Amino acid sequence: MRAPPAILILTITLVFIHIFSACSTILPTQPENAQQGQNITAETTLLILAAASLSESFVEIGLVFEKSHPGVHVIFNFAGSQQLAQQIVQGAPADVFASANQKHMDVVISDGRIQKGSDQPFANNRLIVILPNENHADILTLQDLAKPGLRLVVAAEEVPVGLYSQEFLSRTVLDASFDPDYKEKVMANVVSYENNVKAVVSKVILGEADAGIVYTSDSSENNAKNILQLPIPDNLNVTAVYPIAPLKDSHHPMLTKAFIDFVISPEGQEILARHGLIALGP
Amino acid sequence: MSKSKSPIKIQITSKEHLWRLTTLPLLLLFAVPILILLTRTMPGHLINNLQKKEVIQAISISLRTTTISLFITILLGTPVAYLMGRRSFPLKRLIDALIDLPTVLPPSVAGVALLITFGRKGLLGGVLENWGVQVAFTQAAVIITQLFIGSPFFIRAASLGFGSIDPDIEQAAQLDGAGRWQIFRYIILPLSQNALLSGSMMSWARSLGEFGATMIFAGNFPGRTQTMPTAIYLGFEIDLELALTLSVILLAIALITVLVVKAIAARNDNRIW
Repeated sequence: MRAPPAILILTITLVFIHIFSACSTILPTQPENAQQGQNITAETTLLILAAASLSESFVEIGLVFEKSHPGVHVIFNFAGSQQLAQQIVQGAPADVFASANQKHMDVVISDGRIQKGSDQPFANNRLIVILPNENHADILTLQDLAKPGLRLVVAAEEVPVGLYSQEFLSRTVLDASFDPDYKEKVMANVVSYENNVKAVVSKVILGEADAGIVYTSDSSENNAKNILQLPIPDNLNVTAVYPIAPLKDSHHPMLTKAFIDFVISPEGQEILARHGLIALGP
Repeated sequence: MSKSKSPIKIQITSKEHLWRLTTLPLLLLFAVPILILLTRTMPGHLINNLQKKEVIQAISISLRTTTISLFITILLGTPVAYLMGRRSFPLKRLIDALIDLPTVLPPSVAGVALLITFGRKGLLGGVLENWGVQVAFTQAAVIITQLFIGSPFFIRAASLGFGSIDPDIEQAAQLDGAGRWQIFRYIILPLSQNALLSGSMMSWARSLGEFGATMIFAGNFPGRTQTMPTAIYLGFEIDLELALTLSVILLAIALITVLVVKAIAARNDNRIW
């Protein structure tokens, strides 16, 4: 069976695109054009492995960092923190690791590629329930999530946000306005455990899920018009602590330190805040 | 230069050895990672993990869904293969390309496409939902994904098999008064046995390993839609030993099936494989 030439070319192109796409997204940010007439030394590349929930904020941080450090090329690998931790443990090259929870940072530390004590928190995040715009399931309160027959999507427990979600659900036991079996009923409504938080967001936006539990940073700006938000009260909510650390075998330790310092700096914190993360207290 | 007594026997010269060496890179590429996979798994871990509930669930879901989708593939794919292999019609080339399309689509694209079609907000899915039938996030979704990704392999192999049968034989049968079904059942089918067998195996193997589209369309729910590849992918992020165990099991299933199918094919042909 032979395909017509045009289809053949299209096929080959699609195959090549597939070969070059990876499970986790790799987002190169192009350095701003250096000023005319300035000698550009060999480009330095910083490889940042960051949790999926940091996609938007870190891309902007990368752009600003490149502007202030001409010749530096910041490349990101965004994925679930558990996936990144495993990749690092298996030897993936990296300069910086920004995780969505301490657990996966500790995995890398105990493996040895990050110095114990060199990690520090750089941002917080909180949970929120998101609903598709149409909200056919008529979910108005958190208690509604326990209604039988709903389709909920959450992240798998290995994913930081998945673990945080479980914690939040467990906390409802202490709140009188929730039934004692609230968590069981909600979990019975789960139809899929996703590999990263962005997959949860996508399925809610598509309307295939009635609700999902994600970070507040995932429901800010870009996504805001595609979803409805159902906030979680403070007494039940979980504060996610994001640690960041340099890799011991980084090829550019000074630059790596500069990047991390920038993330912690007021300007970096302001960028994080603008994308829905919670900056650390002073 | 070499004296051949029969078509199969070739005198082994140094030139023969030389060109045979060029087969090593690919063969080693296949063999070495698999051998390393086998050696890195401790038998003790294997036995332990085989008893874990998730592992048993993943294996049974994989086997159940791939068996069902294989059955449907053969049932619905044979007419398609017959059409492509033994008939010509307008737009045949387009249909040809259409059949190859699911194979070249990146799995994530295939998954999204299936989701927006069969999901409850989708064109077909919406209709089904109104009748109370849910597709996305169920085992039906796993099976549909396997059909989408796997059946082109069967169709391609089967149509080649059907197409290779000499039309004279068919004509002779017609002259003798055989009807369409009789021709298919007693002439076409036996002569294309091996093609159908190897096509089924390729389709089944591809379905068994299908992962990207399944995660998007069917989701991941242990005991319901978590297949072995999904379990391996997630297992890799929790527990490397678990992922290795599942990989070895998947490997063993695939290997046994391939050997069995090849043996049957060889017996059909009485040829040395």
